[in-house]
Amino acid sequence: MAKGMFVDTSICTGCKACQVACKEWNGLPGEPSHFHKVADRPYPIAFNFTGDSYDNTGKLSATDWRHVRFIEQFNESRSEARWLFSSDSCKHCNDAGCLNACPVKAIVRTDMGNVFVQQDVCIGCKYCIPACPFGVISFSEKTGTVHKCTLCNDRIHNGLGTACAKACPTGSISFGEVTDLRKKADARLARLKGLGFAKANIYGYKEAGGLSVFYLFMDRPSVYGQPEAPVVPQQRLLPSTAVTVASAVVVAAAALISFRERGEKKKEKEVKL
Amino acid sequence: MIMGSNMAECHPVAFRWPLKAKTDHGAVLMHVDPRFTRTSALCDIHAPIRAGTDILFLGAIINHVINSERWNSDPFFKEYVVNYTNAAKLVNSGYKDTEDLDGVFSGMAKDGKSYSNETWSYQRGPKPAPAVAGAKTFTDLLLQRVPGRPKTDPTLKDPNTVFQILKKHYRRYTPEMVEKVCGCPKEKFLKVAETLLNNSGRDKTSNITYAVGWTQHTVGVQIIRTAAMLQALLGNIGRPGGGVLALRGHATIQGSTDIATLYHSLPGYLNMPDGRKNHESLRDYVLTEAVPLSTSYWGNFPKFAVSYFKAQWGDAATKENDYGYDYHPKITGDHSHLPMFVHMMEGQIKGFFAMGQNPAVGGQNASFQRKALSKLDWMVVRDFYETETSVFWKNSPEIRSEELRTADIKTEVFFLPAACVAEMEGTFTNTQRLIQRHDKAADPPGDARSDLWFTYHLGKRLKKLYTNSQNDHDWPIKNLYWDYEPLPEETGNFRIKDEPSAYKVLKEINGYTWEDKKPLPTFAVLKEDGSTVSGAWIYTGVIPAEGKNLAANRQGDEWISPGWGFAWPANRHIMYNRTSADTTGKPWSEKKKLIYWDPDKETKDPTGKTIRGLWVSPFGEGIDFLPTKAPGFRGKDNGIGFDWLSGNDPFIMRPDGKAWLFAPFGIVDGPMPAHYEPYESPTPNLVYKQQSNPLAKTWFIEGNPYHKVADPKYPIVISTYRVTEHHLSGTMSRWLPWLAELMPELFCEISPELAGEKGIKNADYMTIETARGEIQARALVTRRMRPFTVNGKTIHEVGVPWHWGWQARAEGDVVNNLSVLVADPNVTIHEGKVFTCNVRAGKRGGVSRG
Repeated sequence: MAKGMFVDTSICTGCKACQVACKEWNGLPGEPSHFHKVADRPYPIAFNFTGDSYDNTGKLSATDWRHVRFIEQFNESRSEARWLFSSDSCKHCNDAGCLNACPVKAIVRTDMGNVFVQQDVCIGCKYCIPACPFGVISFSEKTGTVHKCTLCNDRIHNGLGTACAKACPTGSISFGEVTDLRKKADARLARLKGLGFAKANIYGYKEAGGLSVFYLFMDRPSVYGQPEAPVVPQQRLLPSTAVTVASAVVVAAAALISFRERGEKKKEKEVKL
Repeated sequence: MIMGSNMAECHPVAFRWPLKAKTDHGAVLMHVDPRFTRTSALCDIHAPIRAGTDILFLGAIINHVINSERWNSDPFFKEYVVNYTNAAKLVNSGYKDTEDLDGVFSGMAKDGKSYSNETWSYQRGPKPAPAVAGAKTFTDLLLQRVPGRPKTDPTLKDPNTVFQILKKHYRRYTPEMVEKVCGCPKEKFLKVAETLLNNSGRDKTSNITYAVGWTQHTVGVQIIRTAAMLQALLGNIGRPGGGVLALRGHATIQGSTDIATLYHSLPGYLNMPDGRKNHESLRDYVLTEAVPLSTSYWGNFPKFAVSYFKAQWGDAATKENDYGYDYHPKITGDHSHLPMFVHMMEGQIKGFFAMGQNPAVGGQNASFQRKALSKLDWMVVRDFYETETSVFWKNSPEIRSEELRTADIKTEVFFLPAACVAEMEGTFTNTQRLIQRHDKAADPPGDARSDLWFTYHLGKRLKKLYTNSQNDHDWPIKNLYWDYEPLPEETGNFRIKDEPSAYKVLKEINGYTWEDKKPLPTFAVLKEDGSTVSGAWIYTGVIPAEGKNLAANRQGDEWISPGWGFAWPANRHIMYNRTSADTTGKPWSEKKKLIYWDPDKETKDPTGKTIRGLWVSPFGEGIDFLPTKAPGFRGKDNGIGFDWLSGNDPFIMRPDGKAWLFAPFGIVDGPMPAHYEPYESPTPNLVYKQQSNPLAKTWFIEGNPYHKVADPKYPIVISTYRVTEHHLSGTMSRWLPWLAELMPELFCEISPELAGEKGIKNADYMTIETARGEIQARALVTRRMRPFTVNGKTIHEVGVPWHWGWQARAEGDVVNNLSVLVADPNVTIHEGKVFTCNVRAGKRGGVSRG
């Protein structure tokens, strides 16, 4: 009974309520790098204006477990005019790179299928960070551990949905059983295709063994900053093992041959002696 | 069609419903707006128009519709328009239109600043013989003054019919004119017009939604009227899925209009007693206000008014003292926000309460308003944070630029901590008049208290202070009926034990019988003899019986949800819903069925007599009509209220029972909307000689300079607006790190074309300048902004959200330092949505932050 989320970007308004709800429920502060001290001011002042459409938080981080992207697609005459929004977070992959990379089993999968970092076990080795193909997991200098979306582990184990889904005013983020959500997504995709949105696609059925948090995109995944073909390290395990075995065989063979040659040369030398 | 609103941005929760209509029912969403916004992103069609040209765009749709084949051939439109609108009414033959007078109407005063509406009136038949001989009551007085019925021509052929006037009025509002003046491509305009037309009729309805993008103009009221007229012509008023939806500016703005925080209105939309009108006595007040409207449901005005005065002074309000009418404050002029600050600057206002308001940031020409605050003797600010208004004397831009010196400011400022909404019980009334109760979740911290607590205890202390006063002018305070003491169970779970009873306040608003204090179930039982009280008659029924608060109802369903909260009046969600049935009382179609006439249904009248025929409502919707009035009923010529109105007069609050395509009175700047340029515009008016609204309110005073028409120093159009991440002047958002980091700094949206011309780079600082001041902002260069081609010339627009100030965690210059005091003549709303400016690259000079 895997729980997950379906993010229908076609009805996302980019309001960022999910970002705020996430921080509120999870007790996350403002991202420290977004604020600076100003003389004669009683509190730090935000200075993180980016000029990148309405996106000022830029990326996921140890204190930003959700991030809404804004993609402006306009040609010069504005005859093509699209403003796409997409709320990004941890995808809770079925084949989770972070989980497999963790040497101390701090990252676990719960009975509800969500991938969860146990803060009291994490040793801060950061092996999980390059293991995530989506750039989701981040290290906090403050805690010395890594952080990411928990799929609201506490909420979902107490009969509630995720905070972001609860706050989403348009129903763009929905929480539920992955199998049910997939049915909903398929119906929505079929409808959009019928309306002529040829580029609409579902992202997350095949990727990384299937994503518990998956998306309906109106354009290619790369437009939304997502890898077209995400690869988690363990997917390379079999080929790399095969390569290792094959190389070992080759090396062994080479060694044997070389030993044999050396032996023969030795013999030759011996003979000469 | 969403126009004059960025609904996804500013009403993100309500926007769920149009989106649901789109995804679940295939509704087409259209957005007409100068900018490509979050709303445009979710709509099927975006039609760009130059800011301030809405009346031309809408007027052109009207012209397109009434000359279309579909509108002229489908009998639905004719049946609706002839019977339910005033299209067939004959107007005074002396009326002259803007087409005759090049942009003004007949009746203009010599100074060109006001109209007499005599020539806008209807032609009427003879006055009927009065129904009563003597006049014992206010109702009798009204019965003696019933005017003759308006004359009509149901063929709509007579040149004096409203319809023929309308047709002529908009004949030059063509797609070509739209392209030339609004800068909207003709094809886009036609797409919008055709979509609306094809989606209206017997089986389908279209809705128009707007917000302050329409109100904040010198022609704000007239823009909204144009939309209402269009919807009436399309048969979209009073029917499910139709209407003109006004999205209100923030939480319970609807409630504060109903319960009248507006200076000119008493609760329930009774006009404020006014020193400039014949309001000498209660009799004069009733006659002046109610006679012109007596043939509508406003014929009950005396009952509403007396019940209101009785609610103020209880036992002290008697027939002999006109229910305390003489002691009620009267207005003497325009006391709305802008003139109030002008008067403050002149030293006429000594004290000021800022409760839930931050004029140092939100006020137009904000520097002017901050300087005006320095002329006060005292000011009370109640808020959660130290707002810019509360510290104007300490660190405002005027202090830092040494225009003002703290030592010279005599204003004594009291800052009182306020509770936030979750810390108090009360109700919200939202956009669609839905009253919803909310609980108190927790006590506010420390000394913070609710606004209700503050107002009630202030009143109690004042009453105590005046207990022994012998001065007659202290009568209203001494006798004010002021009992909102909490019941023990209301405060039992909380630390604050003297929080007043929100239930008692709502009960008074609802109304009750004075003698035994029993709540009233409906405003139909209000009396003009002082036996009933009602704070605001429109809310009657929200507490129909003691302890029963319908605002707390939470029974939703898939559609109208009559069991969720309480929609005033009388739980009617769709006003004027008599129009949802045809002239014989049958639903126009099964799909659009709402209420209908069942001729066989029997009911008993109060005397026990059987009445045949009844309006029925299968979905539980409140019926906005007399339930026993047959569609064919002909009103009594000498009656008032429901008696005068006929079975095909759905618009029961209008004195002719019809939707007004032409306003014979009530609107000061013309009976029909005409295109005027904004007060500050880069272009001459290309439609009429008259440049801008001749009646626009202006203040030619020091510190409020205006730009000329097509002023070469200020050639760029500027709009101010809001973003989702912040709320109004930022008091509720800029102090929160979570919101501050989402929109950290003031920015200006600018097209790449203009940015290139001015050498402005994305994310760099730029300066925006008007004759009132200059501000700096980060540039957000985006193709969502576009240049407009108007009459062959390029006109650029920039847009700036106005949430920032010099306090809090997200800082930025005050955008309203740029805006100017100029307003709509009907309601004195400022023109924040369009004025002119200039821009340049780089930071501004002068003091920083603010």
